[in-house]
Amino acid sequence: MTQAIKTQTPASTAYFQALKCKECGAEYELKAKNVCELCFGPLEVKYDYSALRQSVTRETIKAGPNSIWRYRPFLPVATDNVIDVGTGMTPLVRSHRLARRLGLNKLYIKNDAVNMPTLSFKDRVVSVALSRARELGFTTVSCASTGNLANSTAAIAAHAGLDCCVFIPADLEAGKIIGSLIYSPTLMAVKGNYDQVNRLCSEVANTYGWGFVNINLRPYYSEGSKTLGFEVAEQLGWELPDHIVAPLASGSLFTKIYKGFKEFVEVGLVEGKNVRFSGAQAEGCSPIAQAFKEGRDFIKPVKPNTIAKSIAIGNPADGIYAVDVAKKTGGNIESVNDAEIIDGIKLLAETEGIFTETAGGTTVAVLKKLVESGKIDPDETTVVYITGNGLKTQEAIQGYVGEPLTIDAKLDSFERALERSRTLERLEWQQVLV
Amino acid sequence: MAVKVLIPTALQNLTNNQATLESNGSTIAELLESLEESFPGIKSRLCDEKGELRRFLNFYVDSEDIRYLDGINTALQDGNEVSIVPAVAGG
Repeated sequence: MTQAIKTQTPASTAYFQALKCKECGAEYELKAKNVCELCFGPLEVKYDYSALRQSVTRETIKAGPNSIWRYRPFLPVATDNVIDVGTGMTPLVRSHRLARRLGLNKLYIKNDAVNMPTLSFKDRVVSVALSRARELGFTTVSCASTGNLANSTAAIAAHAGLDCCVFIPADLEAGKIIGSLIYSPTLMAVKGNYDQVNRLCSEVANTYGWGFVNINLRPYYSEGSKTLGFEVAEQLGWELPDHIVAPLASGSLFTKIYKGFKEFVEVGLVEGKNVRFSGAQAEGCSPIAQAFKEGRDFIKPVKPNTIAKSIAIGNPADGIYAVDVAKKTGGNIESVNDAEIIDGIKLLAETEGIFTETAGGTTVAVLKKLVESGKIDPDETTVVYITGNGLKTQEAIQGYVGEPLTIDAKLDSFERALERSRTLERLEWQQVLV
Repeated sequence: MAVKVLIPTALQNLTNNQATLESNGSTIAELLESLEESFPGIKSRLCDEKGELRRFLNFYVDSEDIRYLDGINTALQDGNEVSIVPAVAGG
């Protein structure tokens, strides 16, 4: 993690060929374009898998940089000049204490709360999107964000020397606002929810000629999430897990982890198996979980009302695809309420020493719920994806984590306070036992 | 009812490259008919084979998603702004 980051110059062969509509199959040139002109379906990057199979091996990957760019042949960039700020290769932690608490035997935590440079998985997608943006000639980059994406776009744009204008809902947590402002982007705080921000950006993207990472650059951007699948497979010793649990906002991350696993099987890097995909939503914004439960193949948009602001997307672009992935892999999509989300944040911190944000609390709480309802087998190799850092959403847990014991700089003051805290601890234990 | 309509880039080749235009109708369904009259072929791009609004397009009347209102039967008033925006964005 502490190694110096060199500018890498891997082979310049590109394996991506076209943009292809996920709905009707129409193909387009590799430009800044996110929807099909015919049916408005999402465009996805298409690769030459037989060429990839011939040139990529476990060894070539291992010889690459200690970042997402070790998987560069699977990412949609054409030049050697990628933006490598050390993003990716975050720890895959074997969980003991959380696993025991939940009754699981093989639980792993993919910890993107410590992803670089801005402490969320968004650094993966943004590194790819801005590398591609530069190739396409954009000088200004932008995004519609619930916070983490704005942090990441602003930081990596600063590193790359790109102009940056990012859009967020005005009511975000202070950590997420400061975490963007510090990089000096133009920050537009829109009076409205994320879906309104998103819609405004779609209109701006039409007219301003900017590279919006999650609008006109979305096909490239979203491919970055595949690295969350690649890394887990590599870190498990070139094996796929049995079950993954990940948060669902737009549904993009979830479907791209699925695509990542599939590609590794396709090119022969790992053996194929059915990985069950389970998704986590906050009850106050759970359009995908509702569609899953009701067996619908369409999403009814909702108006978000939850502390889990980073995943509060009421009108999720990839919602139907996330439902499809969960269904066909034998997974589940569950939702939890705000109190359970806070408990989830605390549970992960107290058992594993990982401080995650509300999205991570949602994911841990859903993991717990799935285990308790018998939907995860204790012997399944299960990976839970923690995608963001708790220092950014401190408001959410204020009042739920106790207070420091303020004392005088005197031994007896310390001893009295220690005694008091031990009594309180005992009382808590007794309450639990009752 | 005279309304202002925002057209997505992908359809502007059908509207003489106009990004915004004036049209009319007392509901979204009627608006679709008058758009089709002015710009033949546009309706089949906005609706699927069954005549339903394409699921990857969002329609807003003065910023409200019509799926929160009455869908294709959502009533329009003089001066409303109808935005047609591709749904695949964000996240």
